[in-house]
Amino acid sequence: MRKQSAGFLFILPWLIGLVLFTLAPMIAAVYISLTDWTIVGEANFIGFDNYTHLFQSEEFYKSLWVTVRYALLAIPLIIATSLAISVMLDKGHKGVGIFRVVYYMPAIVSGVAVAIVFKWILDPNFGLINSILTFFNIKGPDWLYDPDWVLPSYLIMAVWGAGGSILTYLAALKDIPQDLYGAAMIDGAGTLQKVRFITVPMMTPIIFYNLIIGIIGAFRKFTDAYVLGGAGKEGNFIMVYLYEQAFNHYNMGYATALAWVLFAIILTLTIIVNATKKYWVHT
Amino acid sequence: MSFVKSQKPNSLYISNEKIRFRKIAWYVSLIIGSFIMLLPFLWMISTSFKLEDDIFSIPIKWFPDKITLDNFKRAFEVVPILKYMSNTLFIAVGKIFGEVFISAMAAYGFSRFKFRGRNFLFMVLLATMMLPYEVTMIPTFIVWSNLGLTDNYTPLILPAYFGAASFIFFLRMYFETFPASYEEAAIIDGANYLQIFRKIFLPLSKPALITIALWAFMGTWNDLLGQLIYINSTEKLTIQLGLASFSSMTGEVFWGPLMAASLLALLPIIALLLYAQKYFVEGVKMTGVKG
Repeated sequence: MRKQSAGFLFILPWLIGLVLFTLAPMIAAVYISLTDWTIVGEANFIGFDNYTHLFQSEEFYKSLWVTVRYALLAIPLIIATSLAISVMLDKGHKGVGIFRVVYYMPAIVSGVAVAIVFKWILDPNFGLINSILTFFNIKGPDWLYDPDWVLPSYLIMAVWGAGGSILTYLAALKDIPQDLYGAAMIDGAGTLQKVRFITVPMMTPIIFYNLIIGIIGAFRKFTDAYVLGGAGKEGNFIMVYLYEQAFNHYNMGYATALAWVLFAIILTLTIIVNATKKYWVHT
Repeated sequence: MSFVKSQKPNSLYISNEKIRFRKIAWYVSLIIGSFIMLLPFLWMISTSFKLEDDIFSIPIKWFPDKITLDNFKRAFEVVPILKYMSNTLFIAVGKIFGEVFISAMAAYGFSRFKFRGRNFLFMVLLATMMLPYEVTMIPTFIVWSNLGLTDNYTPLILPAYFGAASFIFFLRMYFETFPASYEEAAIIDGANYLQIFRKIFLPLSKPALITIALWAFMGTWNDLLGQLIYINSTEKLTIQLGLASFSSMTGEVFWGPLMAASLLALLPIIALLLYAQKYFVEGVKMTGVKG
């Protein structure tokens, strides 16, 4: 009995926090999403109006499309890049520790500073990329200032920061039994075949994990998009749209409805990806 | 006659030359990759020490004729960078103790005790790790704003004192590796559970605690959205907010000072990574992500 209550006391602060900062706000969010609240003044109950407006709003579909398109391209790119880097870094030649830090560093320095650096790198006139292209007599695009080049700009940043998951891949690579490779070699498999038929299948659980994390991350992308924006609203990711609605226009009811829709999208995608698990994830 | 020639090369045998070639290829490709990874940093550093004419020169002058500290001086004139950094530091330090200590307490409760509803509550905890932050963000903001506590660090710090789900999850796994004999011996010596927690569990899990303290620090240092919602006054801005407003108010021409400020904002994080590398690596290994 004593042992029971003691354990409960240890988790009590977390439990209080759960009620105060998660459960209560979630219940409140259901109600707020059904009102026309703008912080000042009364909140009038308006039923599902916010949701109907949302699904008729072109801006919503635009930001959803920006986000989905980014997710579809960035996630596979990030997974492929970080997997390739990890396979390289798994070899224990001298100096591998330094390489590991170098590839991991872009993932750890996130935030506004990095976004600003990329804004400068992608500057159409004097930025790093276009200066290099000029050197080869190529006229570079206007990147963030050209609606067609906003997405590639974000993809460049995404690939650069892809190292975030290499530590998880490296840990998983260590767990692959080495005799599998030995057996493959006796059967005459080349390096690429070994990667294709042993490494990748054995890594599918961790790829699956990073896929889920990647989906959540894409739908919650905020900092870069807030700082960089992009011509033609092509950088208006869904979280930026939500932030603007809530804290620039004070459409609290509408923004909360949007938050629920966003949550439903993330949840649905997670469930769908989870359902495909049995077809491709090695157990 | 041609016996030796016709012998098929044994696929198990790799010649020394081939090994050496592969090793060189390994180094070359990783070095090229590293260069690409480091290029944005080099570009930032190079810009922040250049005179304006050199910043806007084509072709790029990686090593300018004259190195200048002007950009740093001008950055400091426009934004009080050190003040903003210390504001962030204040929030981070304020949070870390709560996030680490309270999370460790809850992890201890979940891992070493059997009480009613424990498994259910742990499932709830896992569910909150996928928590819809965007859903709770607005109601939480409204409550703080009704309490008159916006433009204040309280909404950023106080929630940390109720623990963080991911840290609890991480530490619980760590605590479960400790053998039961540790506590049994202490109980025979007359220690109570709080003493066991403080004198045995906390000291033994120092590496794990340092790891989550690092994560908590990085999370605060790099957070923009949370701080953007709550902080407005110029003198209360954090380093992220300060940089964001610096960037939006100066537009395109101020690249030198902007890069200088960015460099200063990134230095603490890079220093931390280099200094505490093993804790980052250990942390990921610990969470282990067993497939």
